[in-house]
Amino acid sequence: MFRIVHKRQLSDAVFEMGVEAPRIARKAEAGQFLMLRIDETGERIPLTFSDWSAEEGWVRFIFMRVGKTTHKLSHLDVGDEIKDIAGPMGIPTHVDDLGRVVVVGGGVGAAVAYPVARAMARAGNTVTVVLGARNADLLILQEEFEALGVELVVCTDDGSAGRKALVTAPLKEMCEAGTVDHSMAIGPAIMMKFCAATTKEFGVPTTVSLNPIMVDGTGMCGACRVTVGGETKFGCVDGPDFDGHAVDFEELMSRQRIYSDDERLADAEYSRECSCHK
Amino acid sequence: MSQVDDAQGASIDTPPEKPRHRATKGPRVPMREQDAARRATNFEEVAVGYSAEEAHAEAMRCIQCKNPTCIDGCPVNIDIKSFIAAIIDGDLSEGVRVLKERNALPAVCGRVCPQEEQCEAACVLARKGEPVAIGRIERFLGDHDLACEMDHRCAPEVGPSTGKRCAVVGSGPAGLACAGELRRIGHEVTIFEALHAPGGVLTYGIPEFRLPKAIVGTEIEMLSEMGVTIETDMVIGATLTVDELMTEEGYDAVFVGNGAGLPVFMGIPGENLNGVYSANEFLTRVNLMKAYEFPSSDTPVWRGRKVAVVGGGNVAMDSARTAIRLGADEVFLAYRRTEDEMPARIEEVHHAREEGVEFKMLCSPVEILGHDGFVTGLVASRMELGEPDASGRRAPMCVVDSEFTIDCDTVIMAVGTRANPLLSKAAPDIELTSRGHIVTDEQGATTKQGVFAGGDIVTGAATVILAMGAGKRAAQAMDSHLRG
Ligand SMILES: Cc1cc2nc3c(=O)[nH]c(=O)nc-3n(C[C@H](O)[C@H](O)[C@H](O)COP(=O)(O)OP(=O)(O)OC[C@H]3O[C@@H](n4cnc5c(N)ncnc54)[C@H](O)[C@@H]3O)c2cc1C
Ligand code: SF4
Ligand code: FES
Repeated sequence: MFRIVHKRQLSDAVFEMGVEAPRIARKAEAGQFLMLRIDETGERIPLTFSDWSAEEGWVRFIFMRVGKTTHKLSHLDVGDEIKDIAGPMGIPTHVDDLGRVVVVGGGVGAAVAYPVARAMARAGNTVTVVLGARNADLLILQEEFEALGVELVVCTDDGSAGRKALVTAPLKEMCEAGTVDHSMAIGPAIMMKFCAATTKEFGVPTTVSLNPIMVDGTGMCGACRVTVGGETKFGCVDGPDFDGHAVDFEELMSRQRIYSDDERLADAEYSRECSCHK
Repeated sequence: MSQVDDAQGASIDTPPEKPRHRATKGPRVPMREQDAARRATNFEEVAVGYSAEEAHAEAMRCIQCKNPTCIDGCPVNIDIKSFIAAIIDGDLSEGVRVLKERNALPAVCGRVCPQEEQCEAACVLARKGEPVAIGRIERFLGDHDLACEMDHRCAPEVGPSTGKRCAVVGSGPAGLACAGELRRIGHEVTIFEALHAPGGVLTYGIPEFRLPKAIVGTEIEMLSEMGVTIETDMVIGATLTVDELMTEEGYDAVFVGNGAGLPVFMGIPGENLNGVYSANEFLTRVNLMKAYEFPSSDTPVWRGRKVAVVGGGNVAMDSARTAIRLGADEVFLAYRRTEDEMPARIEEVHHAREEGVEFKMLCSPVEILGHDGFVTGLVASRMELGEPDASGRRAPMCVVDSEFTIDCDTVIMAVGTRANPLLSKAAPDIELTSRGHIVTDEQGATTKQGVFAGGDIVTGAATVILAMGAGKRAAQAMDSHLRG
């Protein structure tokens, strides 16, 4: 059992949650994730660390309420318990002094981008963060990024905050200026796909953090298969970070859709049972 | 030889020590099963098991050989003759005791061991007719024990505390057997399991209809009762390393029984289409995550109407029979050799066929077809058998221009598993074979001082009983190491 020690609602459907997990907190690194199962009938889902404290023994993650599991999770509060949490899973993001690094965080991907940007800054890089969302309400962690003291570019699709632009626009400008040594794109698959396409033109190495469907998260099932450079990789143990220029994003997006009908059904049923409104 | 069938059950080679009983002749006592049509729609156990009368009647067929060859046929040399004698005498507790001396999980082994290749193949009666149904009797005794209240069960006595602490990584049959034996000796034992539930393949792989999870659960409870601690959600190599177990966590010895759980794919085009599963994923979703109860259980599984399973082992049979139960209209099993070479247990093949699985022998997939990201068919090539290969089986070879298409919306790959490198990557001083299996000596000692290993991680995918045997043997070696 893992006790919830922190909960904060970041937007209508986005929540930040912290749980007591001292052993995992001691090992967590940027880019890694945990596998979580809420209760006895729960499914196992991966959630990437958004923050952790080895000293205080907690890890945090941020999630958007999209299906039954995240819906159930959003109903839990500080003091409640989560049945299973295992990790840290996956290979940590490769952090090195690379020069100027642009970290793009789109939507909830900002949660994953935050520790990556922090680690990159600590490693001596000049970091620019491009934070994107559909609108101002969906923008998360802006203050936290500001507190890192890195350059921050905010964009929204509708211009309700920051620039009215897609994240690829500032990314492209920086690439054109020729000052980018490495880029990291973390967010919805479609966003990562376009970021990778943008940087490819300029030959800027780009790491993406993939989010395929997972079951165990330990390399035992292959649900998380992704094609990278024509080879099949297991997202959970070979990743989640991969070379964005080599990833087959069409396949990733297709595979993410396998259970969409089932997910809708399960969530609809759950919403009826718990008689709450999304 | 003819005297084997003699009224007294005496034979020239193996006369009975004392005429305990008058052995009955004739065929085995059949085991009642759920009707094929009915069971194809549910996940309840297929075989019902013997009643006490049936078990006794079957035991009466045993001639109590002086030289009981059945025991040599058993990979862990259970004293089969004696537990059968106990049933003949009506002393079931004694039977359970004998059985448990060498096999900690008889209710499991009675169900999943390939007895037809082991003890039963070696039974004297098999030379002339049907061998004693040793597996069914074993299952009966195992179930009898499980049905008892915990304090009436045959629990191994726990020795006085040795003050030593042992860590066991993985809770499959190897880990469970090792933990049980270490605890019996008197060591303090903690099992570390990566998943949220213990049992290994017994829990996530072998389906409910063949091995009810309640049985696995009760067996594991017994270990807890003996004082073994089980920590789930502990991924060794990630949450803690083997080194950390021995330093910070203070364990004096470690047993690694993490299985061979990494699924192999064929590397053919279309393998990442939606609807293609590894058997591990398919079975894990259904068994461990209870996807057959979706949506009251949260994990979904793609329920194909036409399912093609690739492979010929137990894993392939389990996948095919699970697909039938999930409501598939048609399930095909594609295997590249012939039925004679199929490694699956005969009983499983027989059950699969009864339940409607269609066997397509001598064919091997070359491509999976899809539309809009989802599977629409499997292209396979016909095969023929050539000369025997290294494994002694005749090697299958493609027949040129013989490709044909099987219409299907799901493909399940049951073509084998490999060692998962997660643990070993974080323990570079444990020597591995070129295939990633852990190198050990006869007793299970690895190249790292104080670390032992056994089960599928050492042998590659094998059997429950071999894994258990290895776990127990390693426990004894660990004990000598700890005392030495
Ligand atoms: C579908 C299927 C059907 C089968 N049918 C039969 C049958 O009928 N008869 C038979 O005899 N055999 C059968 N087998 C084979 C048999 O199940 C295996 O040989 C046996 O389970 C091996 O036992 P093990 O303890 O070595 O490994 P496993 O049972 O694989 O257990 C390993 C355990 O270790 C855990 N683990 C892995 N990595 C780590 C880590 N890093 N940290 C912590 N824990 C970890 C795993 O989660 C797992 O619980 C079948 C196998 C499958 C897959
Ligand atoms: S089981 Fe078979 S081999 Fe074993 S003692 Fe009985 S008759 Fe002999
Ligand atoms: S999630 Fe099962 S292998 Fe990656």
